[in-house]
Amino acid sequence: MLLDPSLRRAGLAALSALMLSTAPAVLLAETPPDTLVIADAIDDIVSLDPHEAYEFSGLDVVNNVYDGLVELDPAKPGEPIPGLAESWAVAEDGMTFTFKMKPGLTFSSGNPVTAEDAAFSLQRAVKLNKSPAFILNQFGWTAENVDSMVTAEGDTLTLKTDKVYAPTFLYNCLTAGVASIVDKATVMANEANGDMGNEWLKNNSAGTGAFVLKSFKPNDGYLLEARAGHWRGDAAVKSVFMRHVPEAATQRLLLEKGDIDVARELTPVDIEGMAGNADVKVQADVGGQIFYLAFNQKNENYKNAKFLEAMRWAVDYQGMADTFLKGNMVPHQAFLPKGYLGAMEDLPYSLDIEKAKALLAESGIAAPKVVLDVRNAADRMDMAQSIQNTFGQAGITVELNIGEGAEQLKRYRARQHDGTLQSWGPDYPDPHTNASAFAMNADNSDGASTGGLAYRNAYDPGELHAKTEAAVAEGDAAKRKAMYEEIQKTHRETSPFIVMFQIGYQSAMRSNVEGFYTGGAIDSAAYWLVTK
Amino acid sequence: MTISPPASSKLGARLRGLGSVLLSLAVTLFGLLLVTFIIGRVVPIDPVLAIVGDRATEAQIEATRVALGLDQPMWQQFFIYAGNALQGDLGQSIRTGEPVIEAVARAFPATLELATLATIMGVLAGVPAGVLAATRPGSLADHLVRLVGLMGYSMPVFWLGLIGLLLFYGVLDWVGGPGRLDAAYDMMYDFEVTPVTGMILIDTALAGRWDMFTNAISHIILPAGLLGYVSMAYISRMTRSFMMNELSQEYITTARVKGMPEWRVIWVHAMKNVAVPLITVVALSYAYLLEGSVLTETIFAWPGLGSYITDALLVNDMPAVLGGTVVVGVAFVLLNLFSDLLYKLVDPRAR
Repeated sequence: MLLDPSLRRAGLAALSALMLSTAPAVLLAETPPDTLVIADAIDDIVSLDPHEAYEFSGLDVVNNVYDGLVELDPAKPGEPIPGLAESWAVAEDGMTFTFKMKPGLTFSSGNPVTAEDAAFSLQRAVKLNKSPAFILNQFGWTAENVDSMVTAEGDTLTLKTDKVYAPTFLYNCLTAGVASIVDKATVMANEANGDMGNEWLKNNSAGTGAFVLKSFKPNDGYLLEARAGHWRGDAAVKSVFMRHVPEAATQRLLLEKGDIDVARELTPVDIEGMAGNADVKVQADVGGQIFYLAFNQKNENYKNAKFLEAMRWAVDYQGMADTFLKGNMVPHQAFLPKGYLGAMEDLPYSLDIEKAKALLAESGIAAPKVVLDVRNAADRMDMAQSIQNTFGQAGITVELNIGEGAEQLKRYRARQHDGTLQSWGPDYPDPHTNASAFAMNADNSDGASTGGLAYRNAYDPGELHAKTEAAVAEGDAAKRKAMYEEIQKTHRETSPFIVMFQIGYQSAMRSNVEGFYTGGAIDSAAYWLVTK
Repeated sequence: MTISPPASSKLGARLRGLGSVLLSLAVTLFGLLLVTFIIGRVVPIDPVLAIVGDRATEAQIEATRVALGLDQPMWQQFFIYAGNALQGDLGQSIRTGEPVIEAVARAFPATLELATLATIMGVLAGVPAGVLAATRPGSLADHLVRLVGLMGYSMPVFWLGLIGLLLFYGVLDWVGGPGRLDAAYDMMYDFEVTPVTGMILIDTALAGRWDMFTNAISHIILPAGLLGYVSMAYISRMTRSFMMNELSQEYITTARVKGMPEWRVIWVHAMKNVAVPLITVVALSYAYLLEGSVLTETIFAWPGLGSYITDALLVNDMPAVLGGTVVVGVAFVLLNLFSDLLYKLVDPRAR
């Protein structure tokens, strides 16, 4: 619609008249039928280079634009399925892995996908040495040796590791974004100052994924366009448009009006407020973060098994999850989040004040007092107050030490806290990520500072350390799973950790949207299965 | 009888005037950098920990500390910070690793567009309203202007924003929703419009995309109208008081006695003098909108400087927060300078 020249005298009256007369005509009330429009807070994106991206929003893009040798099934993640490799095998020595590439696949540039591209990609990730590179470094790969450890010949990619690891450990790590396969020719054609195309890949894509990155504006949004003839079959939508909308109330309004198809950052209050609106539906899923209490064993009280057990029975897990944490947290009582190999979903502990009191009496600790460090965030304060209340009923006085997150983290790392309420998110899609943090501590002496959680609580895991080391080298997947279950069981009964919750996510969407997978605790969002 | 001074000393006085303006500008900027630097050091956020995260080892922490120059004495750190800032380097965002100045350069046009439109609205509505109230003190119109002004003053902008969105977008469907364009247009925008100024209204107009232009208007009208309302509240109140003061002056009485038409008395004679202090008021209000639209931008998902600073604040990204603050501060200083110059141009006594 053209501007009437007579309205050019831009007075307020003229402007508002223009507005009122033209607005309804220019508003496109609904999203385009072949486009999925999502609202999310995406200001965490650092880079869209798959070998650098290491944050939730960035990995969502990587997952849809690139593929790996092996992948997770978005509909039921947990077990690797073929990606760009059609088969793989491990040699007798347990240190040589071979991957046979699927024939006939192409990058979005039209170039064929070769084992050479795969080798280049893994080498590039190691050589760039950005945040997620450590996931690959775990196999003994360094910038110096990776060219000889990762090699290609014909249609076969060979990976050598520095010692024996569980094959599932390697496969799981290869499903991470950092192991995405990029188009060597295209990437190197866009190299500048020896950056292996890093600067270019921040805003462009060169992958085999179901979508191609069309545009990206930091703190604003991105646009993905579906590739025709993708090896998984064409995506149901032609494009995906992500809008950065940080405000939950704003997202809700957009969703209810139909201006977006999916809202990913709604609060439980918004979710509840939308109940009864037939145009929208809510999908609940879990994320990888777990919330736990930890106690510093420099305080002898926290070595007392009876006292630790008393505290485990003095937490109102279900009560919190049903009230103020509704939808935000799901009760969970082991260090591997649901979705991981070996994760335990049973909930042996529940609030039982009498039992806690009895155990406390048995412990022989009179009038115990816990100083609990809590970050000054609303949900954590609510949790801490509930714990203060139920611990109090059981005869354990809790004093809250509320402070800023980074400052508390400093105390935690320096083992200066007494008790603390914390969260932990896994780093890669393998159980070793959390197992090594919670159940390994090679050197418990002051100043060792391994960064692990066991160390931070001066907790010597004893035999669990060796068992965790054995689990990451176990070749048999079923046995490996059983080992993690055993480690977690012992851990939750003896360690000074009380795992309480796994984070929950609620995505709200228009009722016609189907097949939207958020990736759960392990993987990233998948857009190629979405229909609307 | 006046004796005109020799030309050379006139020029000298002008140069001295310019010099003092530049000096005050430099001092203000120095103070601004000093204050943001101190805030950055006083807040209980460890920049090192914020960068390396939860998992780092002691060695990584120490390396980052050295890389950030945090092992240097405080005064030295300040001069490095100030020196970099003067060269346009406001540091790197902790969250994204992107140079803050680039992010700010991207976000600023969106804010500028919003604040400019709001100020135009504020002036166009506020000045006549203030004059109306001043010429009829105690009348219904006067009370109405004051009531409307008071509301603009006292209601939180983000609340008004949400209510406005609910009503005009949610229920009535008169305006576009949050964001600068509808999703469909937003997707096309990057490919069909050449960015010239970064301001959507100007760029779409230059490209002749009137459909996008109108759509952009439908999106900006509500946040701009809202901020314009707040600005109007301030401007109308100040205009009223300036005008009342002016109308009680003798020269006005003289003009009236001479039989000059009332509109001429008000809009020409009195307005000439009212305009002088009003310039400062408008500049202040404009500057306030450049920095004060933080919450409005968040509510309206407006990718401007305000939402950039808010997002950064929520994740303790201090370089981004401080960098954004410095830019707003510079805009403030420049606007002040500009209004001073304009002041001197309009008011012969100030020359």
